[in-house]
Amino acid sequence: MSAEANIRTLTIDGADISARADQTILEAAREHNIAIPTLCHLEGLSEVGACRLCLVEVKGARRLLPACVTRVEEGMEVTTHSAKIDRYRQMILELFFAERNHVCSVCVANGNCELQNLALELGMTHVEIPYQYPQLPVDASHPRFTVDHNRCVLCTRCVRVCSEIEGANTWGVMGRGAQSLVITDLKEPWGESETCTSCGKCVQVCPTGALFEKGRAGTRTAKHPEFLPYLRIMREGDQP
Amino acid sequence: MTDRKTLATVWLDGCSGCHMSLLDMDERLIELSSQFVLLYSPLVDRKTFPERVDVTLVEGAVASEEDLKKIRRIREHTGVLVSLGDCALTGNVSAMRNTCGPQPVLLRVYQENVDLKQHVPTVGVPALLDRVRPVHEVVPVDVFVPGCPPSADTIYQVLSELLAGRVPTLGGVAHFG
Repeated sequence: MSAEANIRTLTIDGADISARADQTILEAAREHNIAIPTLCHLEGLSEVGACRLCLVEVKGARRLLPACVTRVEEGMEVTTHSAKIDRYRQMILELFFAERNHVCSVCVANGNCELQNLALELGMTHVEIPYQYPQLPVDASHPRFTVDHNRCVLCTRCVRVCSEIEGANTWGVMGRGAQSLVITDLKEPWGESETCTSCGKCVQVCPTGALFEKGRAGTRTAKHPEFLPYLRIMREGDQP
Repeated sequence: MTDRKTLATVWLDGCSGCHMSLLDMDERLIELSSQFVLLYSPLVDRKTFPERVDVTLVEGAVASEEDLKKIRRIREHTGVLVSLGDCALTGNVSAMRNTCGPQPVLLRVYQENVDLKQHVPTVGVPALLDRVRPVHEVVPVDVFVPGCPPSADTIYQVLSELLAGRVPTLGGVAHFG
């Protein structure tokens, strides 16, 4: 196939855009500085479409589609912001806050949290959905890191980075729906995991205070997931 | 005097940090004070909530029978009700006991950690509700001001708008925590 045939033209928010056929709506939009909020997406990791915050309207589609896992198509007409989309995103965000115990004021990630920032960005001032207040464990058995399930949004970035980048496959998900938990090995205490290399990549990619490094507070809890794309590029360079 | 708005501030289940932040407005309080009369507040003497108040700022979550009674009366006698800070908005730290209910917390405080006179007080103190609730789960709220506490700048902005007869929205301006 020639290079030209690989190009798709579409409109996003009325602007004419061309993208490669293998790109997603999210990639195409971001390349053209069109903002779409995301939480589970992270450059350098595979897409799972778990958080649904990137929902967009595509003309002709009967439901909203997640931009991160929807490929661009010829002639597509995409809308990234409308009253309907804003309402859905707000609701999704409220569901995140209501589902577990996100107490920003006493969270290690306060000020460095993607969920907290999204609430600000999307203009959420309060949660209409009743809070669930589940009883959830905190595992501090690892000498350097802690997992606090109260703050977990089940984005599975930790699971993906551990599998796709570190290759350790320590992290996994157990259970269903709101009862799901991210677990180390077969739900062994993190500190007793035989597969964990203690690399800390999961901590760096975690968007909230669910995974954090012990002994760090305030501004020192800022995470640095930006190493991922570079790691990816360098490894791809090594491929034969 | 007559064109001044009437203002009240209320302290439910919170740490008083929001009131501290209110006082943190410093000289701007004096600037605004020509525009309102403070009728009821932990900062003034009056014991009962007045018949009519234009604007009431509520700090804290609804955690006890007394909070519940108070906030219902306040709503009834207030024009614009403002949830001030994360406890009023989300339950925040006050609501952290909701995962286990009030009993384990009371036992921890009044029995396990006490050497003398171990007993949970029941006389002269309001009974705790089974669940701490954000203000808007109990009564309708008009303005939501996030923050733990909201900054003095944010409170100044909110008060200025309210005193000018406008209802501000804090979406995209102030964050939780």
